[in-house]
Amino acid sequence: MSTILLIEQLLNGLQSGLMLFLMAAGLTLVFGVMGLINLAHGSLYMVGAFACAGVAAATGSFWLGLAASIAAAAAAGAIVEVAVIRRLYARDHLDQVLATFALILIFSEGTRWLYGSFPLYLNVPPSLSGSVTLPGGIQYSLFRLAIIGAGLAVAVGLFLLIGKTRIGVQVRAGEADREMIAALGVDIRRLYTLVFALGAALAGMAGALVGTIQSVQVGMGEPVLILAFVVIVIGGIGSIKGALVGALLVGLTDTMGRVLLPSLFDLFMETSAATSVGAALASMAIYILMALVLVVRPGGLFGARA
Amino acid sequence: MTGTKTGIHRETRMTKYLTTTALALSMLGGAAMAEPVKVGMITTLSGGGASLGIDTRDGFMLAVEEAGNPDLEVHIEDDQRKPEVAVQLSDEMIQSEDVDVLTGIVWSNLAMAVVPGAVRQGKFYLSTNAAPSQLAGKGCHENYFSVSYQNDNLHEAAGQYATDEGFGRMFIMAPNYPAGQDSLSGFKRFYEGEVANEVYTQLGQTDYAAEIAQIRDSGADALFFFLPGGMGISFMKQWAEAGIDMPVVGPAFSFSQDILPAIGEAAVGVKNTAQWSKDIDNEANAQFVEAFQAKYDRLPSLYAAQGYDTARLLLSAMDKADISDADAFREALRAAEFDSVRGDFAFGPNQHPVQDIYVREVISEEGQLTNKIVATAMEDRGDAYAEECSM
Repeated sequence: MSTILLIEQLLNGLQSGLMLFLMAAGLTLVFGVMGLINLAHGSLYMVGAFACAGVAAATGSFWLGLAASIAAAAAAGAIVEVAVIRRLYARDHLDQVLATFALILIFSEGTRWLYGSFPLYLNVPPSLSGSVTLPGGIQYSLFRLAIIGAGLAVAVGLFLLIGKTRIGVQVRAGEADREMIAALGVDIRRLYTLVFALGAALAGMAGALVGTIQSVQVGMGEPVLILAFVVIVIGGIGSIKGALVGALLVGLTDTMGRVLLPSLFDLFMETSAATSVGAALASMAIYILMALVLVVRPGGLFGARA
Repeated sequence: MTGTKTGIHRETRMTKYLTTTALALSMLGGAAMAEPVKVGMITTLSGGGASLGIDTRDGFMLAVEEAGNPDLEVHIEDDQRKPEVAVQLSDEMIQSEDVDVLTGIVWSNLAMAVVPGAVRQGKFYLSTNAAPSQLAGKGCHENYFSVSYQNDNLHEAAGQYATDEGFGRMFIMAPNYPAGQDSLSGFKRFYEGEVANEVYTQLGQTDYAAEIAQIRDSGADALFFFLPGGMGISFMKQWAEAGIDMPVVGPAFSFSQDILPAIGEAAVGVKNTAQWSKDIDNEANAQFVEAFQAKYDRLPSLYAAQGYDTARLLLSAMDKADISDADAFREALRAAEFDSVRGDFAFGPNQHPVQDIYVREVISEEGQLTNKIVATAMEDRGDAYAEECSM
């Protein structure tokens, strides 16, 4: 394998990791701050993609679509938090899982009712289409580079928000001691809605960006949700830093596993068998990674509570 | 399970409505002589793969409505693309609704879960799509008919086409599951050139950046891939973005009418193999394409054509034999005396089609993406497993 190909694959891993981070950040915040398992996070991702495809088709502008996806997912998140999730904070995790699973079904069938069962069209905007030549002669998709840029920008923004602002202080305090910050006069209900909507907006943005290069269809959120759970388990629940490191680890392991494992087996096996075994093992790679991390650090890499 | 339940309720309501209509019509017709035929259709109407099941159902029901045969009752249920749900539905249809014929399953793994049990209990199964090799060879059965193809067929035709085109080195790729492995072995059965690399992707994978980089690096003459449904949409969009100048060949599943609009311009020019296309020149097909568009306001896909042909085959058998005489009914099915939208159509010894398989090209026509036949890849192709079937 040439160095150029290797670097290209590392970029691919970085890109898929950063998109996972957008999903995982919201999930880990909601879990960390409110102690809530939200299975419907994947539905918010789908809402973002559909809103983007719908608005882009109606107006012809991808950027309006992207703005709409963030707004629609944040709104959907806020509505769901006020109408349903708020009643679940005091319940145990099983109730939360059941209720948010019901939300997945409602979102899926609702989307099907609005948009029909056929996948939607959403494509890369002309200004970002095609590929660019990076230093070293690497041909790389401009849109994927933009995704990497957007992912990094959001990561920096989140760290500043959590680390440097008043809301960030409240969020961190809420994570550490819920009763205490309520006693100090912070409107905890408003804070929860805000955090939930923020997580939803990030998921919606990821849905729109990923939907652009993949397919916009009902049920697109659930496979990503599983990966996002793997990410927050690896990173440590509640930690934004953990979500970022976990997402990059998962993205890189998945991409490099898919590329390297079949060629590795090819060294001592017949090609057909090697690709088949290599592919099978590659699909397990991130779960093996998760298991290894849990053996060494049961609370995840940056887990606050072990 | 609220969402799913409503889905099923809707279908049940539809079933009831159809049943009542059929009953009312049969009373109008006075004393109907033939015994009614009850059909149980199990197909995917919700979740990720719903567009395939919906087209299958709509094609099938179009033929049923056109025929207006009062002796035909159709019960439609949603399998949610889950094998356990499909098995439960087929048990229910066989045991409590006492259907005579089952049909409609889209996915091979669901077919494998349902078909062997159903045919053993003396029910007919007419496949509108899935036709795994296991049911074509040693596992063939006198009550099992595949009206679509044998799973390997379209991949074999792609291999033949690649050979005919003189592609010397091909990069081949499919998801890592039984139908994906069958796909690559079907392709290699008729491809005489060299395989530059074969890659198995994960089932349900949506990001293909890593594979596309490998393809670019491989220096192959052309690419063959089999990625049904959403996987194909994702791949083609990313492929177009990468701007690699390499011919692409594949089976029709990733370029079927139901998903072409979602891929967009990226699909234009791709060659894909199919046993049906909307421009096959015969009267039955012209009538079907027009009626389908008039009724559903969209172009029919391969799945709709397969559903339509399946219903027409069943109706043709009903004209000739009574369902209570299973042997006569089976013979009537085997004869396949109906005007297929594919033109020539016959069953081989294992009750799988013997038919022409075409190469189509994706074109943009009146602002819509669709397929046009550019060559015939294989004539009167049966399948590789017929010899193993002792029937």
